[in-house]
Amino acid sequence: MLGLMGQGMLKTCAIFILTLIGSIPFGMVVCRLRKSSFAPVRYITKFYISVMRGTPLMLQLLVWYFAPYYLFRMNIADWRFPAIIVGFVMNYAAYFAEIYRGGVDSMPVGQYEAAEILGYSKMQTFFKIIMPQVAKRVLPAVTNETITLVKDTSLAFTLAYQELFSVTKQVAATGTSMVPFAVAALFYYVANYVVAFVMEKIEKKLDYYK
Amino acid sequence: MKVLEMQNIGKSFNDLEVLRDISLEVDHGEVVSIIGPSGSGKSTLLRCATFLEKVDFGKIKYLGKPATMVNDENRAMYVGSSQLAEIKNYFSLVFQNFNLFPHYSVIKNITEAPLSVQHRDKEEVMEDAHKLLRKMGLEAKANAYPYQLSGGQQQRVAIARALAMKPEILFFDEPTSALDPELTAEVLKVIRQLADEKMTMVIVTHEMPFARAVSDRVIFIDGGVIVEQGDPEIVLGNPQQARTRQFLQTYQR
Repeated sequence: MLGLMGQGMLKTCAIFILTLIGSIPFGMVVCRLRKSSFAPVRYITKFYISVMRGTPLMLQLLVWYFAPYYLFRMNIADWRFPAIIVGFVMNYAAYFAEIYRGGVDSMPVGQYEAAEILGYSKMQTFFKIIMPQVAKRVLPAVTNETITLVKDTSLAFTLAYQELFSVTKQVAATGTSMVPFAVAALFYYVANYVVAFVMEKIEKKLDYYK
Repeated sequence: MKVLEMQNIGKSFNDLEVLRDISLEVDHGEVVSIIGPSGSGKSTLLRCATFLEKVDFGKIKYLGKPATMVNDENRAMYVGSSQLAEIKNYFSLVFQNFNLFPHYSVIKNITEAPLSVQHRDKEEVMEDAHKLLRKMGLEAKANAYPYQLSGGQQQRVAIARALAMKPEILFFDEPTSALDPELTAEVLKVIRQLADEKMTMVIVTHEMPFARAVSDRVIFIDGGVIVEQGDPEIVLGNPQQARTRQFLQTYQR
């Protein structure tokens, strides 16, 4: 039982880590497009965000996985795991983008003006002045999203991917036992405890200024 | 040598005309104070001089180098971005709300731009920064963060940050308006010291006694035009225009 569940945990961790690695930077790109001065780009991005937020992630995963076959009759044998990661990254990037946008919009205009007077380029202003301060402002919201992600990994169950949730359901049914449920619950709880702990450490590290 | 020449400047926000045919020239070593009621356009003039706002009409030159060209109708066109970037080195601006970078220590606030924008030698920049901090009476605060400082201390750091860029001319946009009287005095003392050293400065201020003591010339702006300008003793002591007198009376309670 524990061996099977251990493998499930590793797969859950894989979804979690790859989604974060993909969506945190991709969210920045989406945020930038959302704030584009070119209206069509802005509207398309807005539409993308509203679809990602307005439909169930479970349904999105089904679409990502089956669309290549239903629409183009492509072979999707090796597409299961990539489809899950693409689905999660696209979904979470939309949420992160909106969190970043809130952070960027909350920056006082004086910071941009001071940077401009000092001769900083647009790139320098963003990376040296704006981004470090936005990071501090959005951290609590990012923590929230990250904790949700730990639990959302269980949605990969929809595509019969053998992550912890799927395995738990099978193992519990086979042994008609509550133990797997308890083990899974403990795993998700501990994982989120670690996430909260790490994020709090980072927040403390950024506490040197106000 | 004229450090700054602004000729026939016009600026509107949508349909609201904020500056109308204003000209301002500043000589090397000259201290000019700009006074006027709020909404008169004095801050906008400063923001146009420092390119934070774009003028609609008129010529701007720094040390003879044009930042804008005009067509037959006096409409302004800005020069290319590389020329503009060079001209930006000639001036700096001190804001009403300091606008220090909160995530940088005092010393980093002062040295970051000279290092990463002007690419100057690190040792020289650090030495200059410590000299400036000594001058501002803030040597002990080099490693403090802005939130740990009083408003007056923050504004003095902001002045040091501006001076570290070695500008030819320094603009002040109501540098003491966010400060209480005690802190105002310490900032004005620093500006006065700069005036004694013949730093070229343009100061938008509401501090009339200070303007009178420190300026070579005072300009009174109202309704987007220069109403009166000249020797501080005359403009502030014996104004020739009724509007100037009326404005100054509101300051004598």
